[in-house]
Amino acid sequence: MISTIALLLCGPAAFLATAILAGTVGRRASATRLVYGAALAISIALLVIVAGHLAGSPGAVSTITLPLGLPWTGARFRLDSLSAFFLVVVNLGGTVTSLYALGYGRHELQPHRVLPFYPAFLAGMNLVVLADDAFSFLLSWEFMSLASWALVMAHHRDEANRRAGYIYLVMASFGTLALLLAFGLLAGPAGNYAFDAMRAAEPGPLAAGAVLALMLLGAGSKAGLVPLHAWLPLAHPAAPSHVSALMSGIMTKVAIYGFIRVVFDLLGAPAWWSGVVVLLIGGLTAVLGILHALMEKDLKRLLAYSTIENIGVVFVSLGLALAFKANAMPSAAALAFTAALFHVLNHSFFKSLLFFGAGAVLTATGERDMERLGGLIHRMPLTSFVFLVGCVSISALPPFNGFASEWLAFQAILQSPDLPQWGLKVIVPAVGGMLALAAALAAACFVKAFGITFLGRARSTVVEEAHEVDRWSLAAMAVLAVLCLLAGILPGFVIDSLSPVTLTLIGDRMPVQTADPWLSIVPIAESRSSYNGLLVFVFITISASLAAFVIHRFASHALRRGPAWGCGFADAAPAAQYTAVSFAQPIRRVFGSFAFRARETVEMPAPGALEPARLKLDMHDVAWETFYQPISGAIDYATERLNHLQFLTIRRYLTLVFLYLVILLLVLALWP
Amino acid sequence: MNGLTFDIAHLLAGSLVLVSFMMLYQDRLFALINVFALHAVVLALSVAWQAYIQDAHHLYITAAIALVFKAIVIPVGLHRIIQRLGIHRDIETAVGIGPTMLAGIGLVTLSMVLMLRVTPEADPLAREDLAFALSIILLGLLVMVTRRNAVSQVVGFMSLENGLVLAATGAKGMPLVVEISVAFSILIAFIVIGVFLFRIRERFDSVDVGALDDYRGERR
Repeated sequence: MISTIALLLCGPAAFLATAILAGTVGRRASATRLVYGAALAISIALLVIVAGHLAGSPGAVSTITLPLGLPWTGARFRLDSLSAFFLVVVNLGGTVTSLYALGYGRHELQPHRVLPFYPAFLAGMNLVVLADDAFSFLLSWEFMSLASWALVMAHHRDEANRRAGYIYLVMASFGTLALLLAFGLLAGPAGNYAFDAMRAAEPGPLAAGAVLALMLLGAGSKAGLVPLHAWLPLAHPAAPSHVSALMSGIMTKVAIYGFIRVVFDLLGAPAWWSGVVVLLIGGLTAVLGILHALMEKDLKRLLAYSTIENIGVVFVSLGLALAFKANAMPSAAALAFTAALFHVLNHSFFKSLLFFGAGAVLTATGERDMERLGGLIHRMPLTSFVFLVGCVSISALPPFNGFASEWLAFQAILQSPDLPQWGLKVIVPAVGGMLALAAALAAACFVKAFGITFLGRARSTVVEEAHEVDRWSLAAMAVLAVLCLLAGILPGFVIDSLSPVTLTLIGDRMPVQTADPWLSIVPIAESRSSYNGLLVFVFITISASLAAFVIHRFASHALRRGPAWGCGFADAAPAAQYTAVSFAQPIRRVFGSFAFRARETVEMPAPGALEPARLKLDMHDVAWETFYQPISGAIDYATERLNHLQFLTIRRYLTLVFLYLVILLLVLALWP
Repeated sequence: MNGLTFDIAHLLAGSLVLVSFMMLYQDRLFALINVFALHAVVLALSVAWQAYIQDAHHLYITAAIALVFKAIVIPVGLHRIIQRLGIHRDIETAVGIGPTMLAGIGLVTLSMVLMLRVTPEADPLAREDLAFALSIILLGLLVMVTRRNAVSQVVGFMSLENGLVLAATGAKGMPLVVEISVAFSILIAFIVIGVFLFRIRERFDSVDVGALDDYRGERR
């Protein structure tokens, strides 16, 4: 009997074989269909295997050691409840993305730049989730990063894409360096890089703190935590849209997996302050991410920034779980942890859906700039409907899935008065406030994204020629929209299927939800709070249908177009509509001065001059200017200084080596 | 180990350091090569003595290799090279003799302090040998650094290798094959460097490595 893990490893192997195949036949016309079809089949097969595993024995652990990698460790792989959950996330994403790409990929002008790396990217993400020693983990992680980098660079003729690729590469190597150091600390002086050994070892408080900080740097830079997020809104939109969906929807989740695997699993019992750090960074990330998203008028960049916000939400929940776990409150910790994992799943659904929608808009119009879109609902009714579902879900409106997971996160926050430390008692509600702010801003942001793109009148001629996208893309988006709705109205099933993970990592689980009457979810006790997505859905459907019926039955049927009051302007051109920037202006006025150092100045023409007055908006990316520019400036300065070392005489090189040796010996001699 | 054998081993290794100092002092190429030959002879004696007191017969072969190659073949070869290049009158130290000697004394002190500190529980003879060997290596490097002529840099490199051999023989149980392969690699390095010397000379009419830098358009 072949073990589950061996079966699962056939998946990445098949992906890699597809990648090699794509490398050889990538220029043929049929290659697109072949590669995405194969990726679809492999993803579905992996999903079936994991589903079979979860249905049979969800808590079971399956390991394998291959004679590769480090000679004394081997390449170890392991399937446990956590990796099974993330395998579901990755391969569900892989399935719908491949389905979408069967249609979307046909519009790719240079398919041979995308096709070989797409399956390789999927293979890398699957391997990261399965790895069970530091060497395999880092190798898979780097493989994933490099494959996604190649995909970001697919359209490398564009200067902006090259810059995005460069920044991504630098940040990815920085992140891997941090991970490498973290694993070095975990392995300890014995240098045992298998995860089993790390799990058994108990690092001291200093080492544990350092590992947490390094994981926040390493996994956080990949996931997009502020202030390490700068590469994300550049790189994610630069890739083709289905890859953007994978990077934003799935790869950030793999980064979260890395964080959970190390901090919750390998690191042992957490200290209470580790929760504070993660909470604060998560809250900051959520608010700043969504504020940036609100200011954005490029649809794909807006979605990328919104990913940062959702990562912040997940990290807030993870921080809560750490705080509760450190204070031996396992049921509250299980609640927070479940909220985090649930949100991971939900975000992978609706962010993929939204990127698919943005890709559909891009295919139909060739535009990413919202200021040149508008009125697409008439041209692309189906796309706009599923995009609306995505917007409603990500805005955390019931009855969709975003609400369910964020509601759970808030339920966990409401447990904070039971925490013993005053620091946590104060900080958790404050972070809860930030989370609420982020949720409200997210709703505003997606009102903007949907309203400016799909409603109103066309702002450019490209929209007039737009037409609905192909069936494959629509099918993929429809699948995701249905998943969003299902996870929203039946959250109990998701929560119950997450219980093996919380049992392994937290030691407790949320109460069984599916047994509750009417499929409500009750996180702690009926007397405190409960939510029933199904009833909300039924109520909304019935009341909306009734309202529509009443309006259409008792009001006039005729569609009337009347003259709108044009504020005194005779001809209201489409340019006079609300724009993305004007929609965001009130929020920019409130938050802009500290978050972006935004300044608005009015340039009035001189009296009698004929040019118009101009409103000039000056915005800064504070994280970029405070963190990145000084570092890159210092590096530039140092390389400039050290440059002449390249042109020394042979004797001087010898002298340098000699002096270095003497200094090392001196240090050794003077060492106490 | 009785006192006399130890003293003789100590004397030979110490003389090797002394000869290294003599090498630092030379500013003519022929003299430098003669001192290098003396260096190799002392090394051969020292290795042979080690072979005798350790009762390790393969070390005699090492001593013979040192004597034949380093005391005879390489110096004779270098003499010929210098004569053919016609550079036997060159004075070619880049740093003055006085500072070089002072630096050498500092390096010997450093290696003594270091080696005696980090090997407290080792065999006393091995400790001394290691300390002397490190001094010889550092002095060899110093010769390479303070000379301008490629030939004398080769000599510095060879004397550095003598230090390695001394360290290897001081530590008991070094396999013969390692020493033979080291000796051969040195010989091959000598041949390669010799060929290069002539190539450099053909191109620049000089074996002063400064000519290479001039060619690259760099200041010295």
